Amino acid sequence: MELLDPAKQKRVFPDEMYEKLNGFVDDLDIDPADPRKKGNLIQVLRKGQQIFGYLPRELQEYVAVRLGIHHAEVSGVVSFYNFFTTTPKGEFTISVCMGTACYVNGADKILSQFERILGIKSGEVTEDRKFSIDSLRCVGACSLAPVVTINDKVYGRVAPQDVEKIIEDCLVQEEA
Amino acid sequence: MEKIKTYQELTETHDKVKSLLDPRILLDRYQGKKREILVCGDTGCQASDSQKIVTRLNELILANNLEDTVSAKITGCFGFCEKGPIVKVFPDDVFYTQVTPEDADAIVENHIINNRVIQRLLFVHPETNQRIVPEKEIPFYQKQKRVALRNCGLIDPDNIYEYIANDGYMALGKVLNDMQSQDVINEIKAAGLRGRGGGGFPTGLKWEGALKNESDEKFIICNADEGDPGAFMDRSIMEGDPHSVLEAMTIAGYAIQSNKGYIYIRAEYPSCIARLKKAITQGEEIGFLGDNILGSGFDFTIELKYGAGAFICGEETALIHSIEGRRGEPTTKPPFPSDSGLWGKPTCVNNVETYANVCPIINKGADWYAGIGTETSKGTKVFALAGQINNTGLVEVPMGITLQEIVYDIGGGIQDNRRFKAVQTGGPSGGCITRANLETPIDYDSLAAIGSMMGSGGMIVLSEKDCIVNIAKFYLEFTVEESCGKCTPCRVGNKRLLEILEKITQGRGTMEDIETLKTLSEIIKDTSLCGLGQTTPNPVLSTLKYFEDEYITHVRDRKCPAGVCQKLITYEIVAEKCKGCTACSRLCPVGCISGAVKEAHVIDQELCIKCGVCFDKCKFTAIIRN
Amino acid sequence: MSVANIIINDKKIIVESGTTILEAAQKLHIKIPTLCHLDLHDIKMVNRTASCRICVVEVEGRRNLAPACATPVFDGMVVKTNTMRAIQARRTVLELILSDHPFNCLSCAKSTDCELQVLANEFGIDTRPYQGAASHYPLDISNKAIRRDLNKCIMCRRCETMCNEVQTVGVLTGYQRGFEAVVAPADMQPLSESTCVYCGQCVSVCPTGALTEQTARPEIWNALFDPDKYVIAQTAPAIRAAIGEEFGMAPGEAVTGKLVAALNNLGFDDVFDTDFAADLTIMEEANEIVERVTRQENLPILTSCCPGWINFLEYQFPDLSHIPSTCKSPQQMMGAIVKSYYAEKLGKKPEDIVLVSVMPCLAKKYEAARPEFAPQGVPDVDHVVSTRGLAKMIKEAGIDLATLEDEDFDHPLGESTGAGVIFGVSGGVMEAALRTAYETVTGKQLAKLEFKQVRGLEAIKTTTVNLDGTILRLAITSGLGAARTVLEQIRNNEVQYDIIEIMACPGGCINGGGQPSIHGDFSLIEKRRQALYSEDEGKALRKSHLNPSIQKLYEEFLGQPGSEKAHRLLHTHYFPNKDYSEE
Ligand SMILES: Cc1cc2nc3c(=O)[nH]c(=O)nc-3n(C[C@H](O)[C@H](O)[C@H](O)COP(=O)(O)O)c2cc1C
Ligand code: SF4
Ligand code: SF4
Ligand code: SF4
Ligand code: SF4
Ligand code: SF4
Ligand code: SF4
Ligand code: SF4
Ligand code: SF4
Ligand code: FES
Ligand code: FES
Ligand code: FES
Repeated sequence: MELLDPAKQKRVFPDEMYEKLNGFVDDLDIDPADPRKKGNLIQVLRKGQQIFGYLPRELQEYVAVRLGIHHAEVSGVVSFYNFFTTTPKGEFTISVCMGTACYVNGADKILSQFERILGIKSGEVTEDRKFSIDSLRCVGACSLAPVVTINDKVYGRVAPQDVEKIIEDCLVQEEA
Repeated sequence: MEKIKTYQELTETHDKVKSLLDPRILLDRYQGKKREILVCGDTGCQASDSQKIVTRLNELILANNLEDTVSAKITGCFGFCEKGPIVKVFPDDVFYTQVTPEDADAIVENHIINNRVIQRLLFVHPETNQRIVPEKEIPFYQKQKRVALRNCGLIDPDNIYEYIANDGYMALGKVLNDMQSQDVINEIKAAGLRGRGGGGFPTGLKWEGALKNESDEKFIICNADEGDPGAFMDRSIMEGDPHSVLEAMTIAGYAIQSNKGYIYIRAEYPSCIARLKKAITQGEEIGFLGDNILGSGFDFTIELKYGAGAFICGEETALIHSIEGRRGEPTTKPPFPSDSGLWGKPTCVNNVETYANVCPIINKGADWYAGIGTETSKGTKVFALAGQINNTGLVEVPMGITLQEIVYDIGGGIQDNRRFKAVQTGGPSGGCITRANLETPIDYDSLAAIGSMMGSGGMIVLSEKDCIVNIAKFYLEFTVEESCGKCTPCRVGNKRLLEILEKITQGRGTMEDIETLKTLSEIIKDTSLCGLGQTTPNPVLSTLKYFEDEYITHVRDRKCPAGVCQKLITYEIVAEKCKGCTACSRLCPVGCISGAVKEAHVIDQELCIKCGVCFDKCKFTAIIRN
Repeated sequence: MSVANIIINDKKIIVESGTTILEAAQKLHIKIPTLCHLDLHDIKMVNRTASCRICVVEVEGRRNLAPACATPVFDGMVVKTNTMRAIQARRTVLELILSDHPFNCLSCAKSTDCELQVLANEFGIDTRPYQGAASHYPLDISNKAIRRDLNKCIMCRRCETMCNEVQTVGVLTGYQRGFEAVVAPADMQPLSESTCVYCGQCVSVCPTGALTEQTARPEIWNALFDPDKYVIAQTAPAIRAAIGEEFGMAPGEAVTGKLVAALNNLGFDDVFDTDFAADLTIMEEANEIVERVTRQENLPILTSCCPGWINFLEYQFPDLSHIPSTCKSPQQMMGAIVKSYYAEKLGKKPEDIVLVSVMPCLAKKYEAARPEFAPQGVPDVDHVVSTRGLAKMIKEAGIDLATLEDEDFDHPLGESTGAGVIFGVSGGVMEAALRTAYETVTGKQLAKLEFKQVRGLEAIKTTTVNLDGTILRLAITSGLGAARTVLEQIRNNEVQYDIIEIMACPGGCINGGGQPSIHGDFSLIEKRRQALYSEDEGKALRKSHLNPSIQKLYEEFLGQPGSEKAHRLLHTHYFPNKDYSEE
């Protein structure tokens, strides 16, 4: 029988990061007695993910304390939204659009090609933390389907045979 | 930016800035000296470096001391994204397509300095092979009518004065100055505007409900979540014309007596967010947002709220919970948001495109608006055309136009002259329209009658290359991933539907499975808690209705007629026909094709991932798909 | 109040508008199956997630089926509950739930008491038309009190509503989404990593075997048959008011004598009454109250006999941890006395005595295992079994509780007063303390024993009593949401009280997390309440300080209430800000 085991996590992030987030929360000027204070949660989590790169448990607990809400609630929200991640992403976040327009133009093949070449599955990150793969739903550039975004760059009309080249581009870019 | 404090000041400003758009509106009647180059700065063209085009153009203008004779600026989506990046030169009315940053040099040198239209950048008519200069002669534009998109591709979205020049904020002025809440609602009701977010609920009635609910606080929400994958109407409106949304929300606020609006926008739209932020700041500075707007005593503010990647948050109750900082799980209606919405207060949720229609109705009158469209569906509708169609992009057409016209006249037919199979409308909640229904007028009721729905405006064109079972499976995958998981039929039922579809696409389906698909789909629709579960079996039911034979082929013959379902196909090289050109082996992404030059090649079936690249690329049709 | 004329299955009825279809149908005695829905209005717990969809019915003019539990009626509404369409939909919904459910009723603690199983039976489920991927979550047995088997969770969210809205502990949340959605503590961590107080109220409302208790039955059986162990049972006041329900007896029938007989039959060497320890608690607590009140120092004083509430204090109000009484709970007082005073009397070493508590409570399982209650590594209380758990043991031994002849508790630790008995209900501790404090302070006899103003199932009761000139301001709360309200008022200096009784479970221990399921019928709790008050009335002695065995205990062993020895054995201290992840 498989048992649920606590996954121990240590606090690993430097104080500066917390200070940044703290400043952001301070600026929101949240009244602890205001029943609507929770309305800031998603905003704070976005900021947290921006600063920390992801939302590990230590950060979620911190946000819970700062906003005066239960950790479970924060965790429930984090796990609900695709945008939030509790594992670190790669230096290059490859997002393959799996929206309808891209899908009918073969996005699934692009995705599996990335997975094959990098040896990881969608949602995972390479061991050297260089690449992570995700799928997303429509960036609104459907006329360029299939579309892949890597960090902020949009690649349109990608074909399976282009994938290797795109990855190489990233590596070159990194060296530059 | 000077504050505009009264309606009087607004009309004065309007008169003053009106001429800003003369080169773009009057065209050949425009007598001025100055030319304007407008470059599409919308996400689609941006992805093809349109920003660099503007930068380059401006560099060249400076370098050639042309500031007085020409200016270059960003505008919103022209719609013809397929041929993006689009660059348009005014008042010459020259429409350049697929422009690269390098082409900027040619545009300045040839067109601006030497007054020579650059032929190679013009659109080529697919049938006559003629090069077309003005936009209006391109077939893509001929049946369109731009109401919601009126400013996209016309004004610089970052310049509030250009917006004012095209009657922007005049509707707000009129409403605050001359109309009571109920008058506004009556006007919207008379225009027959129905919600463009998918449901098609009459907007005026919704507002009226919220107006009637007494409360110390009410809210206006703009639903900019645009979750339908493959649809980008709302994004284009907000990116190309952000003020039209702000203005309409303020009018809605006045109509229901609310002082606070939220725009709930998806995180995947960063440039949209930037535009809106800027527009809100401008609105506040100039006095169209904030306290005592135009001296009317009416206060209204707008705040942005970000989604975080959940399709279900497009559903209004889920959206409200998301704004409240909670999991985006829908709740049962009643109570409807107009009775008890955000923080339990009366709330009006409307779609971006719905708002985009409000100001023209106020400005030009309900009669004008009601004159467009059909008996039950008034006005125009924006569609995002995508899939296997020649002209992908954004089109705005009067309601009642037929699908035939959209696909063939506007869309230019199917890519590579393949056979049309179906159009999927309404995204994951919608259904298919087939060849038999190509003549159906596009409006809320006719689409519903044939088992599809208007939805938010995604139109995915499918050809014989697309496997219908696979498409149904695609939508179910989406649903299963995006279901909030709250209620049983959707959480478990859709998963079971998907499993059955997977079985069928893998050649393990049975005839009972097809029956189960039908009965289970009906029950999921009948029992689910929210609009998601109530509609997500639609793609299954509608494909089954029109393409049951294709399902049966998968089940009985274990074949995928479109050659898509990977488990059911193999690629093989016919040795006799293979010339040994090596094209396929060089392109194969997994390198599983071997063979010496000028000798017959072979595919290692173990390794082949069935991507079909070789099949598409072999010039000698030596590769067959079974 | 406006009304609606509606028709359900051709029967007309007029109901208040706002009534749900389900409530209206109940008035007509039309049964509509429900699963997620739960309305315990007595404690303001309404679960109206409308998530299971088992209650769907047809409403004329409506496109799709309506969930009866969450659809308000409107004037002119016409409802049909049993059309082909509705019946088929309900059956399919159930089949879908079952398609993601382990079919192992035989080894499920909830079997025969499970609302899902009952439905499956009523619907005559005999095939599994839908099969496919099933949830697979690891079992959570991280703590002594609660066992979570999420593979059996049907996402009704009752536990979440209970924990977050009624108890305001906020440990549970919907986690993930879609098919992966489940109800769990933060980050899918085990309960032991959370701030769960183990009140067990989530277990009480869970319709299935997803939330059950951790059981010590095997250890207890082993002890009973170990010739080297002297095995003693103590049974809490609330047990006698509820265990009969497990044996088909009328709710509210107190079965004290039969319970003792059953325990004797199981082979316990002694059967003691936790009521004795409750009397002892009163001696110590009344002493503390009198001291603090006379000196007007560190007020209010809060009762401390509920370990669920003490956990709540430690996690959520660490800054207030100086105000509860330092008295141990009755269970632990009994443990301390058995393993010292009584062990001496028996001439046995504490480690050779096994003390088994029968408790209505899951927090007591956690409490008994706290390290500070195991001096020299020998726990004062060895095992805790719940009311439900004991019922199973009695059944396993083939004993029919209902037909047993009454037997008496053993002496000396089985003798108790009516004051000890009412510990099991909200307000009981306060009343018991007042009976003793009054006489200690005034030296006079109480003319009227009952303090009716502290009784009742309301979440917060406030009153004052006149102790011969000293006015005491009292508050009695049950349910942790109510406790939070009062504690926040205290923290913000908004209210002044002298004594506050807090019970974690709404209504007190009669509604504890280890009691027989009430399946939404809160009238059972009221009956249990009455049972305890009538036992109190029937007792010859009704004031703790008059309990002769207690008097003897002080004479022979403890000296005075509040003595150094009493402090060492019967008092404890609290751990503010305890780090749950380090346990
Ligand atoms: C699953 C689901 C997703 C939806 N997504 C959107 C969306 O992305 N954008 C939108 O405007 N409306 C969406 N809607 C419709 C909204 O719930 C709501 O009806 C709409 O915003 C109302 O605005 P309208 O009356 O102007 O159309 C969605 C509905 C459902 C059930
Ligand atoms: S239908 Fe789907 S999305 Fe809607 S509430 Fe139910 S589970 Fe959630
Ligand atoms: S189908 Fe794709 S993987 Fe298979 S042989 Fe052809 S190119 Fe290679
Ligand atoms: S592309 Fe066609 S002809 Fe060329 S090697 Fe491949 S199979 Fe042979
Ligand atoms: S939870 Fe109920 S239905 Fe499920 S295994 Fe246990 S007794 Fe059976
Ligand atoms: S109910 Fe059926 S399955 Fe269960 S023990 Fe009896 S015979 Fe076996
Ligand atoms: S035992 Fe009490 S505190 Fe713990 S999860 Fe259940 S309801 Fe919440
Ligand atoms: S654990 Fe029990 S009470 Fe909680 S949601 Fe699951 S089935 Fe319902
Ligand atoms: S009220 Fe009683 S049953 Fe509930 S936690 Fe407290 S002691 Fe246990
Ligand atoms: S579907 Fe991929 S960008 Fe729209
Ligand atoms: S994005 Fe440029 S034309 Fe549509
Ligand atoms: S009982 Fe009504 S939906 Fe669950």
